[in-house]
Amino acid sequence: MNDHAPESINGSLIRLEGITKVYGSGPAAVHALKGVDLKIDKGEFVAVMGPSGSGKSTCMNILGCLDTPTAGAYRFKGVDAGALSRDQRALLRRNFLGFVFQGFNLLSRTSALENVELPLIYRGVPARERHAMARDALHTVGLTGWELHTPAELSGGQQQRVAIARAMVIEPEVLMADEPTGNLDSTRSREIMELLCSFNRDRGVTIVMVTHDAGMAGYAGRIIRFLDGLIDSEEPGGGYRP
Amino acid sequence: MIWETFVLALRAIRRNVLRSFLTILGIVIGVAAVITMVTLGDGATEQVRADISSLGSNMLQVRPGQGFRGPGGVRIPSERFKISDAQAIEREIAGLQAVAPTANRSAQAIIGNRNWPTSVMGSTNDYLRVRDWPLEHGRVFTEGELHSGRAVCILGTTVVKELFGDQDPLGAFIRLDRLSCQVVGVLSSKGQSSFGQDQDNMVLVPLRALQRRIAGNTDVEAVMVSAMDGVSTEALREDIERLMRERRRIAQGRDDDFHVRDMEEIVSALTSTTRVLTALLGAVAAVSLLVGGIGIMNIMLVSVTERTREIGTRLAIGAREKEVLMQFLIEAVVLSSLGGIFGIALGLGAAALGAHLLGVPFVFNPGIVVLAFVFSASVGVVFGFFPARQAARMDPIEALRHE
Ligand SMILES: Nc1ncnc2c1ncn2[C@@H]1O[C@H](COP(=O)(O)OP(=O)(O)OP(=O)(O)O)[C@@H](O)[C@H]1O
Ligand SMILES: [Mg+2]
Repeated sequence: MNDHAPESINGSLIRLEGITKVYGSGPAAVHALKGVDLKIDKGEFVAVMGPSGSGKSTCMNILGCLDTPTAGAYRFKGVDAGALSRDQRALLRRNFLGFVFQGFNLLSRTSALENVELPLIYRGVPARERHAMARDALHTVGLTGWELHTPAELSGGQQQRVAIARAMVIEPEVLMADEPTGNLDSTRSREIMELLCSFNRDRGVTIVMVTHDAGMAGYAGRIIRFLDGLIDSEEPGGGYRP
Repeated sequence: MIWETFVLALRAIRRNVLRSFLTILGIVIGVAAVITMVTLGDGATEQVRADISSLGSNMLQVRPGQGFRGPGGVRIPSERFKISDAQAIEREIAGLQAVAPTANRSAQAIIGNRNWPTSVMGSTNDYLRVRDWPLEHGRVFTEGELHSGRAVCILGTTVVKELFGDQDPLGAFIRLDRLSCQVVGVLSSKGQSSFGQDQDNMVLVPLRALQRRIAGNTDVEAVMVSAMDGVSTEALREDIERLMRERRRIAQGRDDDFHVRDMEEIVSALTSTTRVLTALLGAVAAVSLLVGGIGIMNIMLVSVTERTREIGTRLAIGAREKEVLMQFLIEAVVLSSLGGIFGIALGLGAAALGAHLLGVPFVFNPGIVVLAFVFSASVGVVFGFFPARQAARMDPIEALRHE
């Protein structure tokens, strides 16, 4: 995988055209996405909303190259992601994408520091440099002093901040967050959102975030609403816009 | 990356110390058994070799009946040897140093109220020459004593110790069952034989005395022969075989009804016994490694299922299939190699103890240690591969959603 994939001509970082996703087959088939067209530019902060089962997570998985669409074209940095092999998609995630999940998905019985180091290990960063980068990332999310604690010893908000540090430590181009505040109270949620906003604003990281909370979506520059496998509407959010 | 994976594997193993220990127990036991037995077997063989070379490698024994050859072959009823056979060998065959006709009985050696079970060897002075066995003091038999079969005897040191303690036995009379005989000499000490038997627990009497007064016949049980220096025992053996076939009128094409064995043959008979034992152990080891391997596969499958979310996270973060595969494969190999290392340590310890108890030398065999290690490591590769592949082929989304 090359680090210098050509950007598409019109500058769109992410471009979905007629994406469909069907789970199963025959009469039991579920049409999770029914032809989604979407463009996301570099540096945008996009919130994805919509009722449960409308296809938000399915779309995110495709955007994050964790899954492949049934039909349609997905270009990431101008590269046809649909044509990539499983390993090539893994390399693309490793090099350009950060993930923050609703359930945090930290490795248990593994310190915060080591959790943050994980993506660096797969990038082959030498141990010393890795420790320094991971410490930095934990510092940025305000967890200095908590490096050696395991997830079980951290609060939900702290765990999510570790997860964000893990996603950000590789300095990804895009941060994918599927309900990052879904498990947190409103104060913790706001802290997390401030953190994401600062990454978007200060580092120019493109963020795509699924949320059910209109308050959280308000931090984004653009809000996309899904309904029944299609994009129903788009509107500007209240957040920072480039 | 490999190093990180290795550390990761060790940590995963340490997390479940008891479970890991139970998992590798099969491998530990299998490897330990093999190491112990091979090491002890090597020690025993080594000891036999040393003993036999001290016994004199130029010695041959001629016995009636067939030898070790043929598994459970038909034993031809065979005629006993007589003194004349020994005399014929001595007369007709060149290159001999000494020829001793022998017969052997066990008997109680008695003096006063002391009583000791021993082995009575009837032979000539040539027996001492064949076995290269000098006297400690006293004298050998005279021609007259040998010819008439007089009741005189030469004692081994064990018999002297048991019957006389510190007293001088020369000139005393002892009873061997019903035969009363006078002690004329004492043998030097030879110690234990390779079969663990005390060679000094014996009484030598003139062959005729044994035949007439104890055995009650005129049979010779074995003719012991030693070759002169530089004469090949192989050639001697052929000469003796030809002579004996002639004397015993064995027709062309029929099997010998006697047997000539040399020390090499005894060694190889012994080593082939240990070889059979080793092969048997190999089979046991193979089974226990198989069982151990299945145990590892089982626990790795459990581990992969338990860690599904972890695997999903790793895949989402950008781990490639082969990286996840390597992680679990290395974990399995580390597990089985640990079993191998523990097994080797345990086996060498047990072998050292066993060698001490059995009084055989401890022979360290680096070949078998390396082999055992390589084998246990490969058990990890073979039985760890399937679970590792299951982990590597997981769908990241499914894995992340796993409870
Ligand atoms: N692996 C799957 N197999 C079968 N059907 C699936 C699978 N994943 C999702 N679906 C179906 O696809 C549809 C869209 O699911 P998706 O998870 O994208 O919804 P969502 O918008 O994220 O909902 P929520 O807000 O509850 O997370 C749903 O009807 C769901 O049942
Ligand atoms: Mg969802």
